[in-house]
Amino acid sequence: MTADLILTPNMDRPDDIYAGLLATHEGLTKDASDALNARLILILMNHIGQHDVLAQALQAAKSPEKG
Amino acid sequence: MNKIFEVPLYPYRRHADQDALSPAHHKVAVIGAGPVGLAAAVDLAQQGVEVVVLDENDKVSFGSRAICFAKRTLEIADRLGLGAPLVDKGVRWSIGKVFFDERKVYDFNLLPEEGHKRPAFINLQQYYIEEYLVKRAREIEAGGAQIALRGGNKVAGITDHGDHVALSIDTPEGQYEITADYVIACDGAASPVRSMLGLDFVGRVFEDNFLIADVIMEADFPTERWFWFDPPFNKGQSALLHKQPDGVWRIDLQLGWDIDKEQEKKPENVTPRLKAMLGDDVEFSLEWVSIYTFQCRRMEKFRHNRVIFAGDSAHQVSPFGARGANSGLQDTDNLAWKLKLVLDGLAPDALLDSYDAERVFGADENILNSSRSTDFITPKSEISRVFRDAVLDLSEHHAFARPLVNSGRLSMPCTYDGSPLNTPDALPLGPARTRPGSPCPDAALGNRFLLDGLGDRFTLLTINTDAPDSLTESGITVTRLALSDQDDVTGALTARYLGDAPAAVYLIRPDQHVAARFRAYDDTAIRAAIRCATGQDIQA
Ligand SMILES: Cc1cc2nc3c(=O)[nH]c(=O)nc-3n(C[C@H](O)[C@H](O)[C@H](O)COP(=O)(O)OP(=O)(O)OC[C@H]3O[C@@H](n4cnc5c(N)ncnc54)[C@H](O)[C@@H]3O)c2cc1C
Repeated sequence: MTADLILTPNMDRPDDIYAGLLATHEGLTKDASDALNARLILILMNHIGQHDVLAQALQAAKSPEKG
Repeated sequence: MNKIFEVPLYPYRRHADQDALSPAHHKVAVIGAGPVGLAAAVDLAQQGVEVVVLDENDKVSFGSRAICFAKRTLEIADRLGLGAPLVDKGVRWSIGKVFFDERKVYDFNLLPEEGHKRPAFINLQQYYIEEYLVKRAREIEAGGAQIALRGGNKVAGITDHGDHVALSIDTPEGQYEITADYVIACDGAASPVRSMLGLDFVGRVFEDNFLIADVIMEADFPTERWFWFDPPFNKGQSALLHKQPDGVWRIDLQLGWDIDKEQEKKPENVTPRLKAMLGDDVEFSLEWVSIYTFQCRRMEKFRHNRVIFAGDSAHQVSPFGARGANSGLQDTDNLAWKLKLVLDGLAPDALLDSYDAERVFGADENILNSSRSTDFITPKSEISRVFRDAVLDLSEHHAFARPLVNSGRLSMPCTYDGSPLNTPDALPLGPARTRPGSPCPDAALGNRFLLDGLGDRFTLLTINTDAPDSLTESGITVTRLALSDQDDVTGALTARYLGDAPAAVYLIRPDQHVAARFRAYDDTAIRAAIRCATGQDIQA
C-alpha cells in the first residue's frame, strides 16, 4: 500500500504558521538558519515516517513543475 | 608489548615440489595466508580437500588491523574449530557513547538478542585470529588433513590452462612451479594475482586519511566504544576509541586529505595528538601506527574460471562497520563447500558461479553500508555537513534522531535473496528472517545450541513434523536434525523458525544458509530443492 503525498491545501491556519516559520528564523545568521531548517526537516520527516510519502516529497521539492 | 607479529609461524622450508621433474599437482592452491586464505584452507582441508597455502611472508599480519569481529564470523569460526579461543581471548562490549563537539550526545546499549551461543561482537586483534587459524591448520594436519603452509613462497606467475592452473613461485632458493585444479586468490587488496591476470578493481576512493594507532595503556576508560564527531582535540574531524585485549586500545583519528603521511606517522607527531585526546597525565606507549586511505571497490566478477578471488583481493570497504575481515570470512564460508562438491564430482562446475552471484551481492551490500557511514562521518558537501550536524544536535534530546547517527553499521551477514540456489519460499507463515537465502540464526535449545548441530554438510531441519533420518539425492546425502516444541525451552526456535506455522522443514546448506523451507516433508519437493541448491539444474 503506498500512501500519497498531500499536495492540496492541508494546513490549519496557513497564514499563522507561515508567519511562525519566519518568526522562528528572525535574527538568525545564515548558518544558524540553515541549521534550524535542517533540524526542522528532520523533525518533520520523522513525524511523517512513511518512506513512500517522503520519497514523493523529495521528488516534489526537486521538480515542483512535475505532477 | 605483543611480539607475535615478529615470530615466523610458517618459515620457508625447502619442499620436494621444488625438486620435482615436472610440476607437482595439487587440488587447491590458496594464495595468501591472511585471515581469509587461512580460513579457506582450514575449511577445505577439514572437509577432506587437499590444499596448499602459499605466502610470500611467514608471519601474522603486522599490527592489529581488523579488530572487531561479528557474531557470524564467530559462528563460522565455531564450524572451523576455533570459536572458543577467539571468544575467550576477545573483549566483549555492548555500550557505545557518541560525542559531538565538547559534549556527550547520547549512549547506547546494543542489548544483543538472547538465545545465541556467540556474542554480537568481540574486539580482537587480527593477528590473534591468524595465529589461531595457523594453530588450527597444524592441529588438523596432525589429525591427517592434507594442508600445507608454505612461507617464503611468493607467487610470481599464474596461467589458467582451462582445465588446471599453473603457478610459478619465487622462493629464497629460486623459482619452481606447481599446478592446481583451482586457485583461491586471497592475496589482499593490492592483489598481485589480479594484476597478473589484468583484471579490474573499480570503485571510489574517499579523499581522506585516518591515523590508526594501537596504544598500550593502563587507563580506566571503560570497555565501551567511544566515537567523537568534531571533538575539540581534533577539530572538524572525527575520532574513535575502542578496547582490545592485553591493555591495547585502538584509536582512529581522522586527519583530512592534504597531509604528509610520512610526517604524520612519526611518533613525535602522533604522541601530541594522542595526549590532546587522552589527557596529559595518561601514560601510554605506541604499539602500531598506520595511516589509512579508504576505498570502496570490488572486482566485477570474483570467479575467473579456475581462479577465484576472496577477501580484500575481491572487494575493499572502508573500515567503519568492520566489514573487511568479517566479509572475507563469509566469502570462504560460501566457497568451501561448493568447491568440495565440484572437486568430488557431485556438482557441476557451474555451482561456482553461484559463489560469484552471492558474494558480489554481499560485497555490494557492504560497500553500500560502509559508503554511507563514511559519508556521514566525512560529509562531502556543505549541506551534508549541515544535515549531519543537525542529526547530532537532535540526537542529544530526541530519540528519533539516534538511528540516523552513523559511525558504522556493524557487520551483519547477508541474506542471499534472489540466489539461483534458493527454492521459492513454501512456508508462508514462517518468519521473514529465515526465508530462503538467510543465514540461520542461532537458537538456544536447553543446554545446547542449534548452530552446533548444523554445518559442513546439508541438513534437513524438521520442527514438529516427520521425515526420513537421511536421504541421498544426486549423490548428496542430507541428514535430518529433528526438533520439536519440547526442545524449544526458550521459545527462540519457534520465534525464529516457525513464526505462525505449526511445523516446518528446512533444507540448510553446509554454510548454514537456508536453501528451502516447507510446511511438511515432501520427497519430490525436497529432492528438487537439493538439486537446485547444488546447481545440478544449472548445467542441464
Ligand atoms: C593498515 C590496515 C588497517 C586495517 N584496519 C582495519 C580495521 O580497523 N578494521 C577492519 O575491519 N579491517 C581493517 N583492515 C582490513 C582487514 O585487515 C582486511 O579486510 C583483512 O586483512 C583481509 O584479509 P585477506 O586475507 O583478504 O588479506 P590480507 O590480510 O591482506 O592477506 C593477504 C596475504 O597475501 C599475501 N600475499 C600477497 N601477495 C602475495 C604473493 N604474490 N604470493 C604469495 N602471497 C602473497 C600477503 O603476504 C598476505 O599474507 C585494515 C587493513 C590494513 C592494511
